[in-house]
Amino acid sequence: MDNSVVGSREAGGKANRIPKGMRFFYFMRLTVNGETREGLHATTVAELLEELRIVPGRVAVEVNRNIVRKTEYESFELHEGDAVEVVNFVGGG
Amino acid sequence: MRVDTMEDTLVIKGMEFRSRLWVGTGKYRDFEETAKAIEASGADVVTVAVRRVNITDRKSENLLDYIDPKHYKILPNTAGCYTVEDALRYSRLAREAGVSDMIKIEVIGDEKTLFPDVVGLLEATEILAKEGFIVLPYTNDDPIMARRLLDAGAAAVMPLAAPIGSGLGIRNPYNLKIILETLKAPVIVDAGVGTASDVAVAMELGCDAVLLNTAIAGAKDPIRMAAAMKHAVIAGRLAYRAGRIPKKLYATASSPLEDML
Repeated sequence: MDNSVVGSREAGGKANRIPKGMRFFYFMRLTVNGETREGLHATTVAELLEELRIVPGRVAVEVNRNIVRKTEYESFELHEGDAVEVVNFVGGG
Repeated sequence: MRVDTMEDTLVIKGMEFRSRLWVGTGKYRDFEETAKAIEASGADVVTVAVRRVNITDRKSENLLDYIDPKHYKILPNTAGCYTVEDALRYSRLAREAGVSDMIKIEVIGDEKTLFPDVVGLLEATEILAKEGFIVLPYTNDDPIMARRLLDAGAAAVMPLAAPIGSGLGIRNPYNLKIILETLKAPVIVDAGVGTASDVAVAMELGCDAVLLNTAIAGAKDPIRMAAAMKHAVIAGRLAYRAGRIPKKLYATASSPLEDML
C-alpha cells in the first residue's frame, strides 16, 4: 500500500483488514458523504465509484480527510469504517 | 469607427481572457437557464462551488454537462468556508477535481454580512500560493489588505463592491480607486453589484473585471440582464480607456459663441 500521499491509514482499521482473496465474500461498511453505507462490495476507490455509479472524471475523492489522486483510484484500498468524501462542482458565485 | 475590444484582453498569470465580465452559476432555476444566461453574458470565466456528490440520486445532472470546461475557464470557489482549514481543504479538492489551478478563496467571517475574515484569508492565500495555486482572494475594499494579499502571493485581488447578493452597488469607489492606483495586479470587483450601471461604474474606475452572480440570476429576466451586463462591462471599459472629461460645477457651451445673429 502506498502511504506517500495519503499519510496514516490507522483510522481505516488495520484490525479489520481482510485478506485479498476473501474480499469477494465480504461486505464493507463505509461512511460515504456523511452517510453510513453497509454491504458495499468495493475494495478500492475505483470500485466504490463504480458501485455508486459515479463517473470519476469530474470528482475529487477524500478518504479519512486525505485526497486520493485519480491515478491511485485503482490501487487505493478501502477498509471497514473508512470515511469517504466524493465532491463535484455545483452552481455557485 | 469600429472599436476593437479584442485587443484589450485581461491577462492573469499568463492566461488571457476575452471578457472582463466573470459570472457565477448559483441561484438559477435550472442548468438550462444557467447555460443560456452565461452565454448571453459573454463571460469566459465562470465560478462554481465544491459540494458533495449526490450519492442517493445518481440521475441528477451535472453542472459541467451544461457549462463546457472546454469553452469556459472554470473558477472554483471556497464559498461557505469559515476557517482557513476548510478553505484549504476545498481548494485542494477543487484542484483534484481537475479543471484548473485557479481558486477563488473565500474565508467568510460572519453569516449575516458574508464579509471576508481577512486574517484567515491572508493565511490561506499564502499557503495556497506556495502550493502552486493561482489564488484569487475575495476580500474587503481595503487597500492595505489588497497589498498584503498580493505580497502573500495572490495573482489578483477581488474586493467586494458591497455584501454578497445585496445589489447595493459600488459602496466605496474611493477605496477601489486607491487599490487600483497602488496595486500592480489585476483588480476584479467581486460581489454586491445590482444592475448594469453598477458594473459600468466599476469599469469606469479602472477595475480590470467584474464578477457577479445574483445580479443576473436574481433578475426577473436573467438572460436579458446577462446581456445588459455584457454591454455594461464593454461600455465601462471603453469609457475608462477613452478618458472621461473632468467634472465642473458650471456650464461650458457646446455650440459656438461666435456668429450669433
